[in-house]
Amino acid sequence: MERPRRIPHVHAATLVGLLILLAPFVASTPAYAQADFAGNWAPLYHEDFPERIPGPELGDYAGIPLNEAGRLRADSWDADRISVVVEYQCRPHGGDYMMRGLSNMRIDAILDPLTQRVVALRTRMNFQEMERTIWLDGRTRPSPNAPHTFSGFSTGVWQDNVLNISTTHLKENYIRRNGIPASDKRTFTEHWVRHGNYLTVQTVITDPVFLTEPLVRSQTWTLDPTQQLGRDVCETVPEIPKAADVVPNHLPGANPFLREVADWYGLPAAATRGGAETMYPEYRKTMGSPTNPPPAICKRYCNCGLNGGGCNLQ
Amino acid sequence: MTKHLTLAAVGLLALAAAASLGAQQAATVEPTPLEVLKVQGNVFMLAGAGGNISLQVGREGVLMVDTGLAAAAPRMMAEVRKLSPGPIRWIVNTHLHPDHWGGNETIAGLPPDNLQPLKIAAHENMLNRLTTPEASAQAPAVQRGLPLNEYFTPTKDVHFNGEAIVLYHEPKAHTDGDTVVLFRGSDVVSTGDIFTPGGYPFIDVDNGGTVKGEIDALNHILQLTVPAKTQEGGTYVIPGHGRICDEADVVEFRDMVVIVRDRIQDAINKRMTIEQVKAARLTRDYDTQYVSPTSFVTTDRFVEAVYKSLSAASTPARGQTPAPGGAGRGQAPGGRGQAPTGRR
Repeated sequence: MERPRRIPHVHAATLVGLLILLAPFVASTPAYAQADFAGNWAPLYHEDFPERIPGPELGDYAGIPLNEAGRLRADSWDADRISVVVEYQCRPHGGDYMMRGLSNMRIDAILDPLTQRVVALRTRMNFQEMERTIWLDGRTRPSPNAPHTFSGFSTGVWQDNVLNISTTHLKENYIRRNGIPASDKRTFTEHWVRHGNYLTVQTVITDPVFLTEPLVRSQTWTLDPTQQLGRDVCETVPEIPKAADVVPNHLPGANPFLREVADWYGLPAAATRGGAETMYPEYRKTMGSPTNPPPAICKRYCNCGLNGGGCNLQ
Repeated sequence: MTKHLTLAAVGLLALAAAASLGAQQAATVEPTPLEVLKVQGNVFMLAGAGGNISLQVGREGVLMVDTGLAAAAPRMMAEVRKLSPGPIRWIVNTHLHPDHWGGNETIAGLPPDNLQPLKIAAHENMLNRLTTPEASAQAPAVQRGLPLNEYFTPTKDVHFNGEAIVLYHEPKAHTDGDTVVLFRGSDVVSTGDIFTPGGYPFIDVDNGGTVKGEIDALNHILQLTVPAKTQEGGTYVIPGHGRICDEADVVEFRDMVVIVRDRIQDAINKRMTIEQVKAARLTRDYDTQYVSPTSFVTTDRFVEAVYKSLSAASTPARGQTPAPGGAGRGQAPGGRGQAPTGRR
């Protein structure tokens, strides 16, 4: 019978001393599997390309869980508003849309100089020089009476290799660039995952003002070490004379452009009006037939994103 | 005589409405903890005492824009004293509703400062409405806190704590005696109830408010604000109620008022009655954002005020012929297309 090996005797005080010496190194080392997001990232537009690059068609609300208020607000939106009203000309995307819009991105890690731990991630986009800070130091949220910003106030917490981000204090903006509104009461969560040179960001938007249930979208980025972001300085300029009390808008029931998207693509008009049911694949079985059949050949945004194709109208 | 009786009745109703507003807000706001937030420069915002209070603090003492509800005055004063032990030398009241000037009396009752007596400024229309015989009979105790340093010009300049401060009269907006305050050095604007981002504006038609004046006043606030990068920050705006804002927030609010105005004007042009307008739910895309179960300004109250304001303006004066087809879409009676030019 083999005798048990004798465990060397270690004095308790020595063990405690070793632990104290090792403590700073353990504390300053990131947990296993926490990814480094710092670097230059280029967006991949294979997801929802027509919506993101040429831009959404007017009146296309499909796939958005809009309520009645959101639908009417979008119906009354007039695209003139973002050019005629100077205060809109240099607006950035909201924090939830900027990860989805047309822009490259750089992520910087902000380190605590003492501990060398990452206390925040700062993103910068070239479009409108949008910047956003995601705090990782456990700080509390500002008061509800504090100002809101387009980027919002974001905090992140690691769960295994996923960075879960929660954002509040957003300004009113849009969910889709055709007037679908996003209120200043909305919040969103994100799940950032890095797979080698790819970054996937899943966004879940909750808006009690305009949505009946959360809207889930995802975007993918690829690492691009050669990328350099330049400046994008925007200046507001009145483009046409306009009285101060004029805000371009369509009266209820008077927007002439709402049927275009259904007619151009051969879709049932009801499907383009949005609503939670239009988010799910099963909706295809019940959405009915289009008023006009789909065109025999593609006439609009036919090669967007395919084989490097552009989006020129044919 | 009949005219005087009518005016007296209107005055009493206005005071009763103001008192009712104050009482309602006292009931809902009183338990709310007070909060002081630094805005920027020398200016702070005190929330929770009724209407928002702006505080400008420095070596000369304290200047306050509005003083909240009377019932909240002791707690309000405790918060002010945490910020500054200096004398309160100026109060500027933005308008006549008691959730914005209810604390005046308490401050006016503090031991006098031998160097400089307390000055309480407001537009004269506010003072006039508070000092009708009927109003005075209703609330004789508040005489001590009346804004007796009233002004009647479009602007009034104050220099305090090393900063230029400009008071602007906004005619016929939320009431007919509204004042907007620009802290020029700190780059902060205090709006009173012309701007209330969490709820529809209270267009107090009985006290001289109009939707046209409301829009003009909001556009004037936009003239005073200069955003920083990405159209945010820069000039900060302290609203009558709600969180600290900036120009972008005022733009959204202005757009809402203009679009609702356009819709109700269109309904008036189609000869719809107020009941038909309410039934049409023309504001349903804004109700989810601007109305809550505790809102003082309900959808009906807002729609009625806009309808009443536009209808009154549309009524032709004796001897005048109305324009064919009415004012037309978006043509606010009184002149769409007339930007608030020539202002100060």
